[in-house]
Amino acid sequence: MTDEPTVSDRLKSIGDRLRSVGVQARSKLGEARSRLVAAYHSRPVRQFRSNTLNVIGLVIVLTLILTAIFAPMLAPHDPEEQHLRDRLEGPSAEHPLGTDQLGQDVLSRLIFGARVSLKIGVAVVGISLAIGTAVGVTAGYAGGYVDEGLMRLVDVLLAFPGLLLALVIAGILGPSLTNIMIALAIVGWTSYARVVRGSVLSVKEEEYVKASQLMGTGRLRIVGRHVLPNVMGPVVVLATLDMATVILSTAGLSFLGLGAQPPTPEWGTMISEGRYYLRSAWWVVNFPGLAIMFAVLGFNLLGDGLRDVLDPREEESVQNKGL
Amino acid sequence: MWKYIVRRIISGLAVLLGVSVLTFSLTFFTPGDPARTILRKQMGGRSPSQAAIERFREANGLNDSIPVQYVNWVTDVMQGDLGASYHSETAVTTLIGQNLMPTVELAVAGLAVALVVAIPTGVISAVHKGGRLDYGSQVLALLGLSMPNFWLGYLLMLVFAVQLGVLPTHGFGTFGHLVLPAVTLGTGMAAVITRLLRSSMLEVLDEEYIQTARSKGLKERIVVYKHTLRNALIPVITIVGLQFGYLLNGAVIIEMVFQRPGLGSLLIDAIFARNYPVVQGLVLIVAVVFVVTNLLVDITYRYVDPRISLGGGGE
Amino acid sequence: MTEPLLSVENLHTHFETHDRTVHAVNGVSFDIEPGEVVGIVGESGSGKSVTARSIMRLEEPGKIVDGSIRYRGEALTEATDETIRRLRGQDMSMVFQDPMTTLNPVFTVSEQIVESLKVHDNPDHQPLREYLRIPFLHDRTDWAEKRDRVVELMSEVGIPNPEERLDAYPHEFSGGMRQRAMLAIALASEPDLLIADEPTTALDVTIQAQILQILSDLRASRDMSVMLITHDIGVVSEVCDRVIVMYGGQVMETGTTEQILTQPRHPYTQALLDCMPQQTERKEQLATIEGQVPNQLGDIEGCPFASRCAYADAACTSASMPVCDCGDGQEAACCALDRVPDPTREAVGVEGSR
Repeated sequence: MTDEPTVSDRLKSIGDRLRSVGVQARSKLGEARSRLVAAYHSRPVRQFRSNTLNVIGLVIVLTLILTAIFAPMLAPHDPEEQHLRDRLEGPSAEHPLGTDQLGQDVLSRLIFGARVSLKIGVAVVGISLAIGTAVGVTAGYAGGYVDEGLMRLVDVLLAFPGLLLALVIAGILGPSLTNIMIALAIVGWTSYARVVRGSVLSVKEEEYVKASQLMGTGRLRIVGRHVLPNVMGPVVVLATLDMATVILSTAGLSFLGLGAQPPTPEWGTMISEGRYYLRSAWWVVNFPGLAIMFAVLGFNLLGDGLRDVLDPREEESVQNKGL
Repeated sequence: MWKYIVRRIISGLAVLLGVSVLTFSLTFFTPGDPARTILRKQMGGRSPSQAAIERFREANGLNDSIPVQYVNWVTDVMQGDLGASYHSETAVTTLIGQNLMPTVELAVAGLAVALVVAIPTGVISAVHKGGRLDYGSQVLALLGLSMPNFWLGYLLMLVFAVQLGVLPTHGFGTFGHLVLPAVTLGTGMAAVITRLLRSSMLEVLDEEYIQTARSKGLKERIVVYKHTLRNALIPVITIVGLQFGYLLNGAVIIEMVFQRPGLGSLLIDAIFARNYPVVQGLVLIVAVVFVVTNLLVDITYRYVDPRISLGGGGE
Repeated sequence: MTEPLLSVENLHTHFETHDRTVHAVNGVSFDIEPGEVVGIVGESGSGKSVTARSIMRLEEPGKIVDGSIRYRGEALTEATDETIRRLRGQDMSMVFQDPMTTLNPVFTVSEQIVESLKVHDNPDHQPLREYLRIPFLHDRTDWAEKRDRVVELMSEVGIPNPEERLDAYPHEFSGGMRQRAMLAIALASEPDLLIADEPTTALDVTIQAQILQILSDLRASRDMSVMLITHDIGVVSEVCDRVIVMYGGQVMETGTTEQILTQPRHPYTQALLDCMPQQTERKEQLATIEGQVPNQLGDIEGCPFASRCAYADAACTSASMPVCDCGDGQEAACCALDRVPDPTREAVGVEGSR
């Protein structure tokens, strides 16, 4: 006799299986949650959380990033849509932050401006970081004339107020956001090169690096294995603070007319274009100003907080190439 | 002492040589033929004739090979000749001379504002570490650091010139015209110095010799303003010196905001007009100023910190 | 009996860290008579430096939470800032351990001595421009006289060629010279009590001896009291009249130098003396005290030395220790003295059997 499983048995087994999946899923979820909780209570995170300013910085930066990503959904209007009839209108339900001299919605332009600023910031910091790391590793590893030559180049670049140089380069290349990016990257990589080189020099002397060198590990592998992890902390801090500097510089150069050209929604350009209406329409200049300030403040706070956690040795390095 | 200074001057000259190459090559970054661009500008947008271009190139030595052009330029610079503006035929040195003082005035006033604000704030912040005053001044310093100075300029203009009407909005000449630009320029720097001085003060306050000073029966005011501040200022001086160079960054923007004459305005105008001799001259001058301030800072540093002798080794 | 110069009673000084309290000084009492040299001996962490700083009211970031410090009857724990400053400028001075860090590097040594002289002259009036010596704004009338006093003080503490060193900065002095300079600064205020916190620890042995010599000479010529903090019993035997042995923030034993060195009663004092190299035969291993110094977190029940003491029993960790009079002013804080061997009797016994 064969025991054909009855329908109810089958249903039951399916139910059991589903339940077990559910239980598994729940336990996975629980695990993830407990891991998150553990991370939240871990030492570095606790240290970071202990200062309210750090948390404020993180919140500002996250807000900025989310704003940039979801700009089209958040913005009530097209940032470049002009309504000349509605020029310079004060804040209202339709235009919460008013309209500018071309009747464009200030709020929408600010929201899209976050995109422009972050894009430039990430690009410049990324390029600077790549060039700086490459130069720093080369100089530190090669030593001798190569090191000497590269570091003199860094000296020459540092022998100059950074923004001024960027301004001249951008000016000669011609006004555009891309050229600002190039100019800021040309000026910006030196600090990374210095940090990375210093770290390479000190790591090079460590016993374990010498040992792996003796065992015939390739240079690139040593760099990847030992040097880069060591330099991560200070570089992340530097990059975060550099985001603040780059956002400020981009706005400054655009304000001077060297960067974004209207009607691109860029904060510096907005101030530059709106300045003639200071008397009659205060919102056109002041809201972009606030936006720049908060973005820069966010990255500064976050950088300070990360330094407390990642790079406790580093003294308050005043790297204000700023405006 | 002299040996050290001579060595520093030599290394400064090396840096300047690098800067001169950089400056000179700037012109070659430019897209298109400068002669054509410039002549077109001079002729109000009409295309210049080939003959005119040739004449211009000949007159300005643009036909020589690039190394020759560089050597000619450097030789001229050595003789104090930075060339002439493409537009007005005025010597670049004359233009710089005319615009120098307003910028120096602005930079010095900005520095003064920064020091007057930052020294007491930094000291008070450190002395009341963890207290409300400290927290408040730290937040203010952060805001000062993060505020774009062109916006700050308009904000101050809006409040003091437009609303209150106590100061002029823009222009140049009287003391009143200097106040808002100097405050705008000084704010960012004050923020930097405040933060630096605070951490420097905190470090010094932990030193044993501060306990010695207290054990003598000195008033806390003297412990702080004599024994602590004097030591805490040593690292600050370096930064202030370097920042003085960066003040020129700010001057460009602030001169535009307040429509002041000065090197910054001159530079911006020259850049937009592709007036290369002026741009080159300014860049070079700025580099010289920067190298010289660095040297001066170094010497001052060694003067305030008796532990460093200028003579021996000096490393 | 006359009033003691300094009287410390049941002093408690605490340090607050993030989440706990360190009881650095935990109920210390002692007196210092005029003209007396009192040694305070103990391992590092026994609370001797904090006691000294509490007396100078330099205990920050610690806090005096209980007890009293009286100088000539005046309560320092309740005194105003002005009173403390006056006392520091005219009655008590302190010399610290490491002369490399206790002199301000940016002022000349003579300037730092002159400061002390100025405070001594007028502790209540300290205008900033006088002390900053702002050109043209400060008073130079008695400058020559101050200069002479500086030279005098410098030669008193044994700095050779003081006239030539008037413009010298601390970094131009050797360690021993700096400690002499520090002494000159302390002496400029003509103190009746000099607190010296391990003044010779950071110095070479030969220089140690010189500094100690100067210290005892000065004590004799100026008739001041000295509170000498040290972990070196050898130093104590050379200059002190009386010794206070501290451990775990408490006083273990007090007595004359003679008593403490030859007939210690407290087990800790005995253990400490056994550890002295002088007590050990050549090539024999130096004695050590087993165990670790207590961390002094929170309240300590009973005797702080109990966990390392060879004679301890349950009673030692439960109640606070009674202070037992061992005769002739010698006192030991121990509840088990009857179990602890008594060197006086042992010595007598040994001699009797001979």
